[in-house]
Amino acid sequence: MKTLILARRTAREILRDPLTVIFGLGFPLILLFLLTAIQRNVPVALFTLESLTPGVAVFGQSFITLFAATLIARDRSSSFLQRLYTTPLAAGDYILGYALPLLPMGLAQSAACYLAALCLGLPATVHVLWALLAALPAGLFFIGLGLLAGTVLTDRQVGGLCGALLTNLTAWLSGTWFDLSLVGGWFEDLARALPFLHAVQLGRAALRGEPAGGLDHLWPVAGFAMAALIAAAAVFAAKMRRD
Amino acid sequence: MDGVVTEGLTKRYGSLTAVEALDLAVPAGERFALLGVNGAGKTTTVRMLCCLTRPTAGRALVGGRSVTEEPMAVKARIGLSPQETAVAPNLTAEENLLFMAGVHGMGREQARARAKELTEALDLGQVLRRRAGKLSGGWQRRLSIAMALVSRPKVLFLDEPTLGLDVLARSALWETIRSLEGVTVILTTHYMEEAEALADRVGIMAAGRLLRTGSPAQLLAGTGTDRLEDAFLAIVKEAEGR
Repeated sequence: MKTLILARRTAREILRDPLTVIFGLGFPLILLFLLTAIQRNVPVALFTLESLTPGVAVFGQSFITLFAATLIARDRSSSFLQRLYTTPLAAGDYILGYALPLLPMGLAQSAACYLAALCLGLPATVHVLWALLAALPAGLFFIGLGLLAGTVLTDRQVGGLCGALLTNLTAWLSGTWFDLSLVGGWFEDLARALPFLHAVQLGRAALRGEPAGGLDHLWPVAGFAMAALIAAAAVFAAKMRRD
Repeated sequence: MDGVVTEGLTKRYGSLTAVEALDLAVPAGERFALLGVNGAGKTTTVRMLCCLTRPTAGRALVGGRSVTEEPMAVKARIGLSPQETAVAPNLTAEENLLFMAGVHGMGREQARARAKELTEALDLGQVLRRRAGKLSGGWQRRLSIAMALVSRPKVLFLDEPTLGLDVLARSALWETIRSLEGVTVILTTHYMEEAEALADRVGIMAAGRLLRTGSPAQLLAGTGTDRLEDAFLAIVKEAEGR
């Protein structure tokens, strides 16, 4: 019950911030519309909806990290967390209270991307639902990363690292805007070692109706997601004890 | 005893002693001010008494419970208004109160009733539907105190409650704090006039040590001074051997 009360507060804090709508929803959708418009005017398949939409969905979810980290870092700097530490809440209440509302938010964000893509001409098949589900592991990864960053960074650092660096890393290393094999070398190796490319490939495989092809990409994303969530819970609990 | 008792309460951070062997007894219902300059150890003392930081040595009972052995029982008996306003900025003032009631385990009806009581007691009616982050510093402080009172604490900790407020907002908040009944109040401040205006007794702290306690009148009489500021300076200089 206390967890749900904290979760409701998390949801309200994030959803009532206009930046959430602008960056979390507006920015990815504008990208989707713009790149689809470009695609219509070029003779080669640069940004087809089947390839682009899963990438934009993952890119959009990277903002979840920013929202979560900003909220937690602000709660720390404003002593709001300190106030909560003097209440009978347990460590698990905090972790779940921050994390729970972010999952449906990430899902809703991806749903908005796919809905926009359907309006732009993406074929309406059951594969769209699978692609939506395939966005969940990436959502968990970004949530875990947000909890971790908010616990260890100041709100100013969060803006730089999660707002600028992470969203750019997600954009460049996900293979959404260009084929990574065209760059090759260490850049491609780095991309394959991180979860962003796999998250997008997982969505693309699901959208093509090839679940078996997606499995190879599921494990790296799920692994990073588990690692981020476990690290966030451990660091938050340790910091809570130390504070 | 329902107030606060400490014996040899000490906090060290490496070689730095933030609070040294603090012996203190604050009876239930008293308003007690810890007065000192920045770095005197006031906030560290409050943090130990609120179970936010573990003492290095000594013991402390808050509301009759040990801060080290029964922290959850202590947390159920205290309210804290931290130095920063510590409100949820995108929630309305009312939602902040309901939220605190919820995390203290109150049901919806009970939470609404308590929020209504506090709204009337602290005169929050005119800002109840406004987002906390948009309120002035004075209103945020008042809301912060109301949030600390939601759980009907036996002991209320106010860490620098009027820091950064203008004279009008400070005066209004003093009235609010004076109106609190049936609760032990421990407040920290570095404003002499605030300690004089609000506290039944004052404890003067410097360099982590509690130098003297007494009513403002006792401190003036003991130092042969007319103003608490002069009494404070005399006590601190005497302790420093100047």
